[in-house]
Amino acid sequence: MRMLPITRREFFGAAGLTFAAIPGGAQTGANSKAKSVIQIWMWGGPAHLDTFDPKPEAGSDYCGPLDRPIETNVKGIRISELLPLLAKQADKYSLIRSMTHGVNAHETASYTVQTGRLSGGHDVYPSVGAVVSLFKGYSAGYKGLIPPYIVLTQPQGRFSEAGFLGSRYKPFATGGDPAQARFAVEGVVAQGITDQRQRDRRTYLHQMDTLAQAMRGDSEVDAMEETEKQAYELILGDAGKVFDLSQEKDEMRDLYGRTTFGQSCLVARRLVERGVPYVTINYQGGWDTHKQNFQVMRQRLPQMDKGLSALLQDLSNRGLLDSTIVWWNGEFGRTPKVDWGAPWNGGRGHWGAVFSALLAGGGFKGGQVVGASDARGEEVKSRPVYPADLIGSIYRQLGIDPAGQLPHPAGVPTRITPTAAEGLPVAGLLKELV
Amino acid sequence: MNKLLIFGMLAAALPGAEKQSPFESRIDFVPQGRIDELVSAQWKRLAIQPPRLCSDAVYVRRAYLDATGTLPTAEETSAFLADSSPSKRAALIDKLLEREEFAGYWAMKWSDLLRIKAEFPINLWPNAAQAYYNWLRSALREGKPYDQFARELLTASGSNFRSAPANFYRAMQNKEPGGIAETVALTFLGSRFDKWPAGRQAGMAAFFSQVGYKETGEWKEEIVFFDPARKAGAPVFPDGTPARIAPGQDPRQVFAEWLVSPRNGAFSAAIVNRIWYWLLGRGIVQEPDDLRADNPPENPELLAFLQRELVASHYDLKHIYRLILNSGVWQLSSIAPSDAHFAAYPLRRLDAEVLIDAIDQITGTSETYTSSIPEPYTFMPDFQRAIALPDGSIGSSFLEEFGRPPRDTGLESERNNRITDAQRLHMLNSSHVQRKIQQSPKLQAMMRDIRNPQELVKQIYLTILSRPPSEEEWKLVAAHSQNGNVRGQAAVVDLVWALFNSTEFLYRH
Repeated sequence: MRMLPITRREFFGAAGLTFAAIPGGAQTGANSKAKSVIQIWMWGGPAHLDTFDPKPEAGSDYCGPLDRPIETNVKGIRISELLPLLAKQADKYSLIRSMTHGVNAHETASYTVQTGRLSGGHDVYPSVGAVVSLFKGYSAGYKGLIPPYIVLTQPQGRFSEAGFLGSRYKPFATGGDPAQARFAVEGVVAQGITDQRQRDRRTYLHQMDTLAQAMRGDSEVDAMEETEKQAYELILGDAGKVFDLSQEKDEMRDLYGRTTFGQSCLVARRLVERGVPYVTINYQGGWDTHKQNFQVMRQRLPQMDKGLSALLQDLSNRGLLDSTIVWWNGEFGRTPKVDWGAPWNGGRGHWGAVFSALLAGGGFKGGQVVGASDARGEEVKSRPVYPADLIGSIYRQLGIDPAGQLPHPAGVPTRITPTAAEGLPVAGLLKELV
Repeated sequence: MNKLLIFGMLAAALPGAEKQSPFESRIDFVPQGRIDELVSAQWKRLAIQPPRLCSDAVYVRRAYLDATGTLPTAEETSAFLADSSPSKRAALIDKLLEREEFAGYWAMKWSDLLRIKAEFPINLWPNAAQAYYNWLRSALREGKPYDQFARELLTASGSNFRSAPANFYRAMQNKEPGGIAETVALTFLGSRFDKWPAGRQAGMAAFFSQVGYKETGEWKEEIVFFDPARKAGAPVFPDGTPARIAPGQDPRQVFAEWLVSPRNGAFSAAIVNRIWYWLLGRGIVQEPDDLRADNPPENPELLAFLQRELVASHYDLKHIYRLILNSGVWQLSSIAPSDAHFAAYPLRRLDAEVLIDAIDQITGTSETYTSSIPEPYTFMPDFQRAIALPDGSIGSSFLEEFGRPPRDTGLESERNNRITDAQRLHMLNSSHVQRKIQQSPKLQAMMRDIRNPQELVKQIYLTILSRPPSEEEWKLVAAHSQNGNVRGQAAVVDLVWALFNSTEFLYRH
């Protein structure tokens, strides 16, 4: 639309959101030790008993063949025998063994874990990444050329989206595979097109955009120019080099493991090094182990162990761990009692009653265990932690007041994290970790 | 060979190259009907000088995109441009309103408003979503009168699989009486329930206090029914009049009668305002779904005129489309100092679905549309058009990226057509778009069949921009082609790429 300056109102879309909520939300009574978050999203829901909450004493109907958990470098903390590298890093992270929400379907549980709220109300709420992108992204003065909310590599779809904040706060999903010789980030790296041809094409495009030439000054035409400039910063400028893993030494790449997950962890480190506030690694590792749970664990956990332990070590060596929160969990845990019958053959179902999360960096203490599940890992035994408690604690470390306000499209007062009145209980922020 | 020499040869060979702007006609705006009179009366008061009407080439593209969400083919464009009949513009509109794509495109819009989606957060379930969509599309194809359309939705009972409109009551997150009332107010009155006084809210909610839901023995079947066992409230119409419900009567019937009555201006205002917004980019009341006393129409006479026309035509929506699409206002050029007060046609980025369909049509390629919930996954057949996807759960990352509405709320603002950096990256440099151009069977056929380079470039322009190139553009194409080989693969790929990334292609104009 012509001659109308882009107002803040338009900036947020037609819904009439205002900025009024942001300063209050971003500053009141919150710490701000952390600058970035790396969220390792374990889509499918890995078994808590087979990762960070082993229960060998419950017997083989519960722990299956994984009955020899290992001691970590923190006295008294044991984790799965398939995580030996992470066992050496336990001083850097804390475990929450009492996560709970009671939701047992993938999509609704994913939504709850990443928004803090139950689904089914009037609104669809933004995920943590979108909220961080709102308070730490462009509208908060983020000047980076890399989008403030990145997903490696495939988007999660509706369950980690911007909700009512709108598409401006959606993540940028890279596509491609960082374990390949060249990480072909969709839109940033085009195979087979030289930089010279890119430059020639850009000139050509400018010459050929006849309507834009006839309509200079129109706000849509201006937006086209502005977005093109940003796009070419990534295509041709130095900014896009953040995805170029050939800039890393071979030993470093090997340390993370030459798997998609391992190299995604390495890219995530490179992104936070450049100030990107939120990175999700969408780890589609086949964690939905209804069948043959233990075979999958033996195959996949070593990859995770290598990538995640390298990430913690590397962040720590570079002095980035203090300012980077690493958050690991899935949408739920898995049925503690193994189903040995056909067709499951040692499978585990969905389990929202209790599951585990890992939290490191960003000012959170390491070497702690928060809460506990019962002897068989079936229920929370002590100190329940609901998704909003965990999410709110992350916000607080980032300097975002969890009791602050989100800009709701209809102007409805909306807290950043919910209170118990919205349906899920609240058990309090993770004060024990700060 | 000397490059300059080639340019010279090309330019000399040009058949009657256009001197004038390809976007504007030579016709000044002259009021042709009531819409033009009412809109231009406001311009007169505000001393606004409108631009000229758009050119035929812009017109044919605009008409196809606005009425059917579909790009005209090169053949359709050429036929229209060659037609010398003085009434060809009106004739084109009549033809487009009868196209299957008209029903398809507006079924897509209505599916957004009605939130037709199998899973999350709306949970219709796939075969119920399909049944609902098919009902909707048939209603639009057959031109079901809008009052009847609304009545059928509001009074529906029965199975989600067998009584398609009953899904109206299922396609909302909050199915409490207040939640239903909120949805009804938004859908049919274009009104935000949360801005109503509490008493009015309760009065409206009472009409829906006896809507019952029950499961059956069939997997995922749900029955919507009138449940007199539920407590009835004291229903009050949104205009403040208390309603009388006879014993045993379904209060939804009483509400529907009130809603669709010709005396209820709120009903007709909401829909004609929406259609105006869809076609002109801005409502007479803006936002188009926020009608209320303190948000007055920009042109009250215009709104009233369209309402009268709707009622007089027995709620024929196509009549309203036809009136607007035949107006001079809708035919104005975009090239103007301002598009305020409808004094120019505003630039608007193509809808996500329309954009990818256009790219598919031009290149002759196909997209994969899937839904991953529930298992087993749904895969649509090849050459499925995005505007005709029957279920919001079926999609692609392109549609997500380009702002297809999630169908959470039914608000018009859910559709976000503002261009983003990520969208530009995708169009400029993704393997997805690159592959479509490089492996396009249509472009390869054109390169094989059209030996004359000028003719080839003209055909590419007609296919992508719905117009022939100007003389200036000819020269640029030739200059960009290495060694003057305009027909070479690289030159054609670069040309198509540049046109795909032009404002003229990405925007309605």
